[in-house]
Amino acid sequence: MSAPLIDLVGVRKTYRNGSLSVDALRGITLQIRPGEYTAIMGPSGSGKSTLMHIVGCLDVATSGSYHLAGENVGEMSEVELAQVRNRRVGFVFQQFNLLPSQSAWRNVELPLLYAGVGRDERRRRALAALDRVGLGDRAEHRPGELSGGQQQRVAVARAVVTEPALILADEPTGNLDSTATADVLALLRDLHDGGSTIVLITHEAEVGAQATRRVVVRDGGIVADEATAGVRAP
Amino acid sequence: MTWLETLRTGWDAIRTHRMRSALTTLGILIGIAAVILTVGLGEGAQGQVSAQINALGSNLLIVSPGSSTSGAGVRGGFGSASTLTVGDATALGSKVAAPDIAAVAPITQRSEALTAAANNWTTTVVGTTPNWLSVRARALASGRFLTEADEAQDAAVVVLAPTTATELFGSTDVAGQSVTINNIPFQVIGVLTSAGSDSTSNLDDQAIVPQATASTRLFGGSTRTSVQSIYIEATSGSTLSAADQEATSELDNLHGVSALNQDFTITAQQSLVNTVTSVDRTLTVLLAGIAALSLLVGGIGVMNIMLVSVAERTREIGLRKALGARPATIRNQFLVEASVLGLAGGLFGAVLGIAGAIVVPHLIGNPISISPTATAGAIAVSIAIGLVFGVYPATRAARLAPIDALRSE
Repeated sequence: MSAPLIDLVGVRKTYRNGSLSVDALRGITLQIRPGEYTAIMGPSGSGKSTLMHIVGCLDVATSGSYHLAGENVGEMSEVELAQVRNRRVGFVFQQFNLLPSQSAWRNVELPLLYAGVGRDERRRRALAALDRVGLGDRAEHRPGELSGGQQQRVAVARAVVTEPALILADEPTGNLDSTATADVLALLRDLHDGGSTIVLITHEAEVGAQATRRVVVRDGGIVADEATAGVRAP
Repeated sequence: MTWLETLRTGWDAIRTHRMRSALTTLGILIGIAAVILTVGLGEGAQGQVSAQINALGSNLLIVSPGSSTSGAGVRGGFGSASTLTVGDATALGSKVAAPDIAAVAPITQRSEALTAAANNWTTTVVGTTPNWLSVRARALASGRFLTEADEAQDAAVVVLAPTTATELFGSTDVAGQSVTINNIPFQVIGVLTSAGSDSTSNLDDQAIVPQATASTRLFGGSTRTSVQSIYIEATSGSTLSAADQEATSELDNLHGVSALNQDFTITAQQSLVNTVTSVDRTLTVLLAGIAALSLLVGGIGVMNIMLVSVAERTREIGLRKALGARPATIRNQFLVEASVLGLAGGLFGAVLGIAGAIVVPHLIGNPISISPTATAGAIAVSIAIGLVFGVYPATRAARLAPIDALRSE
C-alpha cells in the first residue's frame, strides 16, 4: 500500500468570534491514497467546507496535523502555502470563479503564471488542457460567451493544467443543469481513470455515488467511511 | 511572476474598467496640467522681467527731477521741476567724485515729426551723449553712433532705431541718407539693432541725436541746459548701492540740498526688478501650491478607486490566491495598477499642460515657458502619487485571507 497523499490526524478547527467559539471540526483523522476518488458528503453546516479548505491549504487547522504528499502543511508560512496550493492542488469551485474579462485559455494559464512558467509554454499547456476537456475550439472565448457547463469545464482545465497531485472539487455541479452535471462528472471520472487523485465535496447523493469512496461528515466528525461501486453517471 | 506579467495583469484590470479608470486619471491629469501651467506662467513672467532688465541696461540707476520745494515752502510733486542739468551729468561722470559709476548719459526727449522724401513719421527724439549706447545696452546694426565730436559741433546727425528707419525709408540700411526734423536736415549716421519694448515705450521706435544739438537747435527754450533725466551705469551689480550713494551726495552738493529737500530722485532699476520678480515668485509658489493641492486630491481619488476596486474584486483576489498567487504578487498587481493610473494621468496632464502653454498665451498675452525639468518632474510625481496612494489598498488586498475572499459575494 502506497504512502497516503492526504494524511489528516486529529484535525480540529475552531472559529472564534469574540467570546463565541464554534468547533467546525472536532478531530478528523483521514488518509487518502494517490489515485483515489473520494466523495466527502454531508449536509450544510456539517463542516465539509471547512475540511475542504484545510485539505486545499486555503486555511490551517487549529490543532492536529496535516501532511500533503509528505509535507507538513501546519507549519508553513503564507508564502509556502501559496506555493503548495499552486503545485499540488487544482481547485474546481461551485461558482466556476473564472475571470470574466479574460479568454478561456488566459484563465487556464493563471496557475502556470504564478508558477513562473514561460509565456510560450503557458499557452501550449493551457491549450492542451482545454483540449483535454473538449474545449480546444473555445480557447479565445470569454466566460460570458460560454454555457455554464462549458465554463465549469474551463475551470477543470485550469485545475489540471499544473498536473497537480490532488484535484479538489467543491460542489462542482451545484450550479449546473443535469446535462452539464453529467458532462462534468464524466470529465472527473476520466481524470480518475487517468490516475488523478480527486476529492469531491457534495451534498447530493447521486453526485457522491460517482466516487469510489464515500466519507460522510456530520457535526464536525466523520460518521461513515466506505468504499462504493463508483457507478457511472446516468 | 515577472514584472512584465504583473504589468499586463494590472493593465487588463484598468482596461476592463475603462470609465472608472478614466475618471480616476482625470484627477491626476488636471493636477499635473495645473502644475505645468502655473510653473510655466511664473517662469514666463520672470523671463519677461529679466528680458526687460536687459533691454533697460543692467546695473542702471535713473536720476529723475524730483519733488522741488518752492520759496513759500510748498513741496511740489515728482517731476514738477526740471532741476537736472548737463553739468550734473558731467560731474557724475567724474571718476574722482564717483569711482563706482561707469558711465553717465543725460536724456532729453520730445516727440517730433520726422520727414524723409515723401514719408512722415512721428517718433521720440532723444538728445543724449555717446555713453547712451553702453548705458542702455544697445548695439548698432549699421553705421556709427554719436561721438564727442558730434557733441562739440552740435552736429546735425541722427541714429535711428530700426522701426523708425523702416517707417521712413522702407529699409534699415539707411546710413548716409537725409531726414528732416523740425525743418532742420539731419544726416543718418547709423541704425540700432532691435531691442523690443519695455513696459512704457517701444525701444525700436526712436531717433537719437547729440545732446547739444537737441538742446540748442531742436528743443530750444528753457531746456537749453536742463535735462529730463540722467541714466547712470554702475561699474557692476555689487557696486550699485555705492554708485547710488556717490550720485546722491554729489547731487546734494551741486544743488545745495540735503535729504530733507532733495529735488531729485534716484531709482535703481534692479531694485524695481527685484520687487517685481519676488512678487512674481510669491505668486508662482502660491499658484503651484494650489496646483499641488489638486494633485493631492487626485491622489486621494486614486486611493478611493483602488479601495473600491479591491472590495469589488475580493473574489478575484481569493481565486488568484487559491491558484497560488503570493501576497507580494497580489500587492504588486494593485501597485502597478495604481501607478499606471498615475502615469497615465501624468502623461495626459503633461500633454494638456503643454497644449495649454501654447494656446493660453494667445488669449491672455502672458508668455508661458515650458520647462522640461518641471514636466519630467510632474510625470515622476504622478507615478509616485499612484504608488503612495496605492500602497494602502494594495496591502489590504494582499492581506485578504483566501477563504474569506472566496466566500464573498
